[in-house]
Amino acid sequence: MIGLRDLLKPHRIVLILLFLAFVVWCALSLRWDWLPKYAPLALEGLWRTIWLLVVTTILGFLLAIPLGLAQAVGPWYLAAPARVFCTVIRGTPLLLQIWLLYYGLGSLFPQFPAIRQSELWPYLRQAWPYAVLALTLSYAGYEGEVMRGAFSGVGKGQLEAAKSYGMRPFAVFRRIWLPQAIRNVLPTLGGETILQLKATPLVATITVIDIYAVSSRVRADTLIVYEPLLLLALVYLVIAGIIAFFFRRIEQQVPSAIQRG
Amino acid sequence: MSDLLNMLGLAQSAELLSLSPPGWGGNLLRGLLNSLQIAFGAFGMGLVIGLFGAYGKLYGGPILRDLLAVYTTVIRAVPELVLILILYYLGSDLINKVSEAMGYGRVEISGVVAGIWVLGVVQGAYSIEVLRGAIQAVPPGQIEAARAFGMPPLMLMRRVTIPAMMSFATPGLANLWLIATKDTALLAIVGFSELTLETRQAAASTRAYFTFFLAAGALYLIVTLFSQVIFGRIERWARRGQPSLRGGPR
Repeated sequence: MIGLRDLLKPHRIVLILLFLAFVVWCALSLRWDWLPKYAPLALEGLWRTIWLLVVTTILGFLLAIPLGLAQAVGPWYLAAPARVFCTVIRGTPLLLQIWLLYYGLGSLFPQFPAIRQSELWPYLRQAWPYAVLALTLSYAGYEGEVMRGAFSGVGKGQLEAAKSYGMRPFAVFRRIWLPQAIRNVLPTLGGETILQLKATPLVATITVIDIYAVSSRVRADTLIVYEPLLLLALVYLVIAGIIAFFFRRIEQQVPSAIQRG
Repeated sequence: MSDLLNMLGLAQSAELLSLSPPGWGGNLLRGLLNSLQIAFGAFGMGLVIGLFGAYGKLYGGPILRDLLAVYTTVIRAVPELVLILILYYLGSDLINKVSEAMGYGRVEISGVVAGIWVLGVVQGAYSIEVLRGAIQAVPPGQIEAARAFGMPPLMLMRRVTIPAMMSFATPGLANLWLIATKDTALLAIVGFSELTLETRQAAASTRAYFTFFLAAGALYLIVTLFSQVIFGRIERWARRGQPSLRGGPR
């Protein structure tokens, strides 16, 4: 973290003043009159972006744990499919995956009367379940690879010690293996979560109204180009900053003695 | 061959994907070519920005270092999609202003150039970090030795720093190349006809969504796997002077 003293070096003061001048210039000479009209929609979009981020990160991580375990210690008939899944997800663009699920499944489902009459049909006709599914699978694919390294990185002695105390396999996993694996890759997870944040605007292409879609609508309605985009970039910067701060707090709570030992 | 396809029920898909006009295979391949062209250009532009930026971050003055830190932080925290839109509008506005000032009137910017410019600026930020880490990993004694022999800075960079950092930089650069190939898909949003947009157009006009999206996915995957082989070779070549970690003769 940058301390106050670092910020007060002469050249930094000049840079900060220049930046403030730029902000003032933006506020005064650019057009912001659209803001009050679109503010409620923007808040709704912001909420949807954060909701998507949180839900897909959690679901994706839950899916990544078995994927990582299968690749690290699983038998070949589990390891091979897990590796293929991670390779395919990491080897193709997310935009293509989203469109494949939305347009592909979306055109396939109506052909089956059983699905059309099921309870789920009202949901399957909307776009957000496909967005959640695509983002979850994507996060799981990238994290599966990270967790593979994390699980195989935990010292063998730790697991043997837990076993020799008579812990059942699931207790070993829950109390020893998983916590240490997650601790080892916390910085990576933070970075991947920011990547996931940066992936969320892609869902705007399948008509989910997130914050990015709101800015596109402002651009289309009012023909104002830069102002909504600048504000949008600022919003993403702030969210990314919050994620980084949050993960740094968790990292600080990890007792460093364990990592050294 | 056609019997086999008939048996698997894939005859229709094969017809849709055939290279000659009733099929859309030619369009997909043309899109892939466009994607690769942009990925190459953006990766190259990123490398140039990255090399100069890394040197600036390591040896530059305080102002340059702060500005580069702002550049890398902002680019890496804002979604590529947003950056693409901002840089796309900014680039075309600037070029039109310049050309109008010079009296040429508005110019049409080719999609390839716009794509390379947009993705290159994004790639540059990531390249700076990769190359900075790689340069820092070079033992300082090697660089000092070269200085002691009186090598001028450019020769030092060409003969010592770059060859010595190659082995540290290749894994990161391989990742960046893969990101570049996949980021070209985002240019579909600004209407550039690369592989993903061509695929969507083909799929929308034939209603065969699965066929085309799976085919495009396979193309991207082939590019990824092929690149991994190539970068594996480059890394082995870059490491040729280093002792193997496994010990013993290789």
